[in-house]
Amino acid sequence: MNAFSNTAAVAPAFPAASDERLLIPPAVEPRKTGTRRLALGRTIPFGALIGPALLLVIWSIGSIAGLIDPRTLPAPWSVVGTAIDLIAEGKLQHHLMTSAWRAAQGLVFGILIGTILALISGLSRLGEAIIDGPVQIKRAIPTLALIPLLMLWFGIGEGMKVTTIALAVLIPIYIQTHSSLRSIDSRYVELAQTLRMGYGEFIRQVILPGALPGFFLGLRFAVTYAWLSLVVVEQVNATSGIGYMIDLARNYGQTDIIIVGLVVYALLGLASDGIVRFFQERSLSWRRTLAD
Amino acid sequence: MASHLGGLSGAPVVRVESLVRSFGPRTILDGLSLDIEKGEFVALLGRSGSGKSTLLRALADLDDKVSGSGRLETPDKKSVVFQDARLLPWKRVLENVVLGLDLPEAAERGRVALDEVGLSGRENAWPVELSGGEQQRVALARSLVRDPELLLADEPFGALDALTRLRMHDLLRQLCARHQPAVLLVTHDVDEAVTLADRVLVLDNGAIAADIAIDIPTPRDHGDRRFGEIRSQLLRHLGVETKPVLPV
Repeated sequence: MNAFSNTAAVAPAFPAASDERLLIPPAVEPRKTGTRRLALGRTIPFGALIGPALLLVIWSIGSIAGLIDPRTLPAPWSVVGTAIDLIAEGKLQHHLMTSAWRAAQGLVFGILIGTILALISGLSRLGEAIIDGPVQIKRAIPTLALIPLLMLWFGIGEGMKVTTIALAVLIPIYIQTHSSLRSIDSRYVELAQTLRMGYGEFIRQVILPGALPGFFLGLRFAVTYAWLSLVVVEQVNATSGIGYMIDLARNYGQTDIIIVGLVVYALLGLASDGIVRFFQERSLSWRRTLAD
Repeated sequence: MASHLGGLSGAPVVRVESLVRSFGPRTILDGLSLDIEKGEFVALLGRSGSGKSTLLRALADLDDKVSGSGRLETPDKKSVVFQDARLLPWKRVLENVVLGLDLPEAAERGRVALDEVGLSGRENAWPVELSGGEQQRVALARSLVRDPELLLADEPFGALDALTRLRMHDLLRQLCARHQPAVLLVTHDVDEAVTLADRVLVLDNGAIAADIAIDIPTPRDHGDRRFGEIRSQLLRHLGVETKPVLPV
């Protein structure tokens, strides 16, 4: 602003100078080729939708041309019709709410427990000695393999389902938060020491914000694991939920309902990942990465 | 273990006596003694590996994992400027300046400090948005906002370009004139040491090999004859032979 008004004021006094500038070509022309840009370039608007849209087009063409047997895969519009019917009957909402509630409970417990364990184990040697081993053992056992045991312990009710989801969720939260905590640059620890920060303040100002990127990475895995576990526990033994709806449809050979269920799972997965990414970007706005 | 006595209200701000620091079998500081007066600007030169940083870290209480002995008295109010600005990337500039400062008027003092280093208006920027020189100025503000009696600087301008470095010299001189902390500036740049310091020390084999008072009035001109003499003298102590400067 300031510089601009200065030039404007000076220009009439030295008209030759500004004229000259117009005549002399730039010494270095901007090169089109040569230097290779390693960053990714501009983002494509709605780029994430292009791939799925293409799949939908192929599916529709295949259905119209009769290349896809409707018993294998019904046309997109008949799936939409089924979905509308299910919503009109109130079935889809009911199953969806049940599933979402299970996933949410499992997520909340899993995130809380995973974060607390990561903090205890990340911030003290004794905590690590006590906690890290059992968590690594738990990690080696696929959560889904625990379902028979969990059914014996918690029955086949909601408790078993929520516990299974929480157990699956806490692992990525723990692993990523813990490793992020431990990889905080020692230079920042030195800085905190020279600034005479207290322990509590050190944790709040240095450790927790420093571990946030890892926590969010873990959270994105956690959300995926939550839906994955949900699918399995709902198909094992349930009387409601999207998984139950799909399992029932399989018994009656209703491919269209199965597809509706899968689409709902996909939308839930995408929506939850989007929510996590929204919070991730807001909390980590201080970072500059390849994606920017 | 490094012995350490807290701040002492006496004449020298820093008092080091027979300081020994070693890493395994290697003795880095070997019976070093040093006093720094109140408000005195001391530059510390030395070849790499001569123990400059070890001494600075000892004074900054950052060597609790190093074995050693000796007497070490430093004031409680001291701050460190590192070679890298060492700003927390997840804190905005002002938050970085007042980090760990537990005062009701912290934000206001932070603003004043930022203004002093010429960064007023950048309070809400992220560190990553600043240039290297600006980041180092934030680090200076972070040190000065604490009103240190002792400022420890470990090659603070080593990573900056020559032009920015000259600007930072002026800034540091002004700030030190105003705040009057005792300064220990570790550097490998002889000209920087002679330009800024009241006294230049050369560290060699873990002890002080030369202690030269700089008797040139400020602001100092690199082309000054006395400046050249001191520079040659220091370079000799550092093991670099220089040809005599021919009169023009």
